[in-house]
Amino acid sequence: MITFDQVTKTFPGGNVAVDNLSLELPTGQITVFVGPSGCGKTTSLRMINRTIEPTSGTISIDGEDVSTQDAALLRRKIGYVIQHAGLFPHRTVADNIATVPLLNGVNKKQAREEAVQLLARVGLEESMAGRYPTQLSGGQQQRVGVARALAADPPVMLMDEPFSAVDPIVRDGLQKEFLRLQAELGKTIAFVTHDIDEAIKLGDTVAIFRVGGHLAQVGSPQELLDSPADEFVADFVGRDRGFRGLSFVTADKLEVEPVQAYVDRTSGARLVLDDGGRPQGWRFEEAGSPQPLAGTFTVEDNLRLVTDLAISSPAGAAVRVDHDGVADGVVAHEAIARHLTAMRRESER
Amino acid sequence: MITYLQNNYPEVLSDLVEHLWLALIPVVVGAALSLPLGYLAVRVPSLYQPVVNVGAVLYSIPSLALFLMIPVIIGVGYLSPLNVLIGLSLYTLALLARTVADALISVQGETTQAARALGYRPLRQLFGVELPMAAPVIFAGLRVATVANISLVSVGALVGSGGLGNLFTGGFQLGFVEPIIIGIVLSMLLAGLCDVGLVLLQRRLTPWTRVGGRA
Amino acid sequence: MSLVSPTPMLNYFGYLFDGANWHLSGDSSIPERLAQHIGYTLAALAIAALIALPVGLLIGHTNRGAFIAIGLGNLGRSLPTFGLVLLLVTYLGVYIWPVLLALIVLAIPPILAQTYAAIRSVDPAAVDAAVGMGMRPLQVLFQAEVPMALPLIIGGLRNALLQVTATATIAAYASFGGLGRLLIDGLNRNQYDQVLAGAILVAALAIALDYISAFIERVVVSPGVRERGSRRSRRSRSAVRTQSPTEESPVSASR
Repeated sequence: MITFDQVTKTFPGGNVAVDNLSLELPTGQITVFVGPSGCGKTTSLRMINRTIEPTSGTISIDGEDVSTQDAALLRRKIGYVIQHAGLFPHRTVADNIATVPLLNGVNKKQAREEAVQLLARVGLEESMAGRYPTQLSGGQQQRVGVARALAADPPVMLMDEPFSAVDPIVRDGLQKEFLRLQAELGKTIAFVTHDIDEAIKLGDTVAIFRVGGHLAQVGSPQELLDSPADEFVADFVGRDRGFRGLSFVTADKLEVEPVQAYVDRTSGARLVLDDGGRPQGWRFEEAGSPQPLAGTFTVEDNLRLVTDLAISSPAGAAVRVDHDGVADGVVAHEAIARHLTAMRRESER
Repeated sequence: MITYLQNNYPEVLSDLVEHLWLALIPVVVGAALSLPLGYLAVRVPSLYQPVVNVGAVLYSIPSLALFLMIPVIIGVGYLSPLNVLIGLSLYTLALLARTVADALISVQGETTQAARALGYRPLRQLFGVELPMAAPVIFAGLRVATVANISLVSVGALVGSGGLGNLFTGGFQLGFVEPIIIGIVLSMLLAGLCDVGLVLLQRRLTPWTRVGGRA
Repeated sequence: MSLVSPTPMLNYFGYLFDGANWHLSGDSSIPERLAQHIGYTLAALAIAALIALPVGLLIGHTNRGAFIAIGLGNLGRSLPTFGLVLLLVTYLGVYIWPVLLALIVLAIPPILAQTYAAIRSVDPAAVDAAVGMGMRPLQVLFQAEVPMALPLIIGGLRNALLQVTATATIAAYASFGGLGRLLIDGLNRNQYDQVLAGAILVAALAIALDYISAFIERVVVSPGVRERGSRRSRRSRSAVRTQSPTEESPVSASR
């Protein structure tokens, strides 16, 4: 657990970057610091590993005040991932990853071997171990940066906009892999981003900062979407927070209609299945070829996905499948709307 | 030192003047030749590396050696001022050809593509778009070349065309430090003045680089 | 006074090809002069590097006193090398050590200025990562900053090498040894074959030293930091380099 206790940072010149911040980052969870430029999120992050020193207040990790420890040794126990990876161009990928173990005195051969193992963990091939950073793409460099932070198996990780410098498709992949990795490793992570969508996607807890270094609201992504504390938070979270909030509701309680008898009332389309029962498409006319589906969903998927599928479906309905891909239900978007109404009545009781 | 100046004012002045034209003519010649050469090195990519390599080799030859090899090659006397003039022109050319080439390469991009799309022909584009954009870098190279030349002219004293270098050799022969110090000071002053002059010229020619500096 | 009758080319090479001049034991033989020249050059360079490298690294790492590095660099460029050599010899006497002193003093500015520029040009993200990972300041300097700055640092050393080689040549005028002796003595005695021999040998030495130092650079610098030769990377590389050729270009002022 990382604790901020009334931490303030004033830079020479009078600029108050962080103002009396008190916050707890739960162990084993991802806490995201998010906010506009100049809100103090990066400054707060950097005070954890003392690359910036607070003007007043205390920061503790698991009860120990960080200012009482040797800064260099403290940092070797904290993983640090930054925006442009900051890899050493003069070292191979393997040697980059092995940086902290080597600093800690692990022998070179062993450190390198362990580094190569870590490559697989972050989704890279072992053959990359001998390459140099300039030979890697941005996304690959970022993965190496993460591997480097993990090398000494630190319990805490600090990540400063690690996925901002890559293009959206690569970023999406990195975010998914990151969540997978965290599910395996369970580190205590402080994550900084300016992108509210990323914060909601990745954070167990989200802390929204206001310009001037004040905390506007702290809570789970769901809480932020459902009950923003004030107009700033509501604006920051964005217009369509209602729609985005659907991504936290699973589709397991959604009622579905049986597949076989289903006929779309508006167009008369029927669902076409193959021999195994898997959906192929919607047929509108007797002899016509079926139009393909936009996608399918399972009971574990969220309502946002289901709604989107229903809207983009040529027949105005989403198809649910089981784990083998066999169609086991159809939901028209009117049914979704009814479900949402029912949910609202539930919550009002 | 002041007395030396008072006593030898005419010689010092003539040395200074000689130094000036010995240093500056090669700068002009070298710069003028470096523009087409640099441009060619960019237009014909296979020329780039040879130009750079030859330039590097040329520039690594010590000045005295160069001043003494030229007379053999072109058949003038060892003591002809042409040796210094040609030698320094070659140095300037070696340095600036690469500077011009690199500068032109570095300004290629959206602006030049836009210029071509607007209908500029290559030569007009060179003078109207690319050179102005490359000017700051080229001027920086010019400044280095000029200061270097001013320092190197004094070596020419060993082959009869030394400008202020005559003060150095004269002082050495007679065992007086005063002329040498005067020579050094004047040489550095000259270098400083030329440098400032070039900066002012650059500002005159590229007014757009000075405006719009928003904090 | 110019040569009135052009003598046949062959005569110019008389000295160069005269076997007597190549005896290894001779006091004024070519190998002897060559050894002197290289010896003094390398010695002066080594001492200058010993002074200028740590100072340049310190100023670059802490970014304090930058004006010293830059100012000295500019000063060194405008100082006439010939004048300095003769000044010190006239003042301190016609010995070897004033010349060496001049050589060292002249070699310091380019090394200092370019070492400083090299450290400043290092990717700040990599330095931030190094600090954030727990490297101590000296470790950051030697394990991160220096290896990344190495090409430019070596570039400064190579510049200084050429500078010293050239100045050592001219110093022969002040009774210094080395290959310059061939030039000066030849001029004094009107023996132009000796002069040409000296000129060719000095030029060859300078070029050879430059190539050797380029080779050393290739060996010492990590492949990840070396600059590639492709046109595309040259574009981005030169965009960085040409921004301040006064600091970063591989040339120095005086020869």
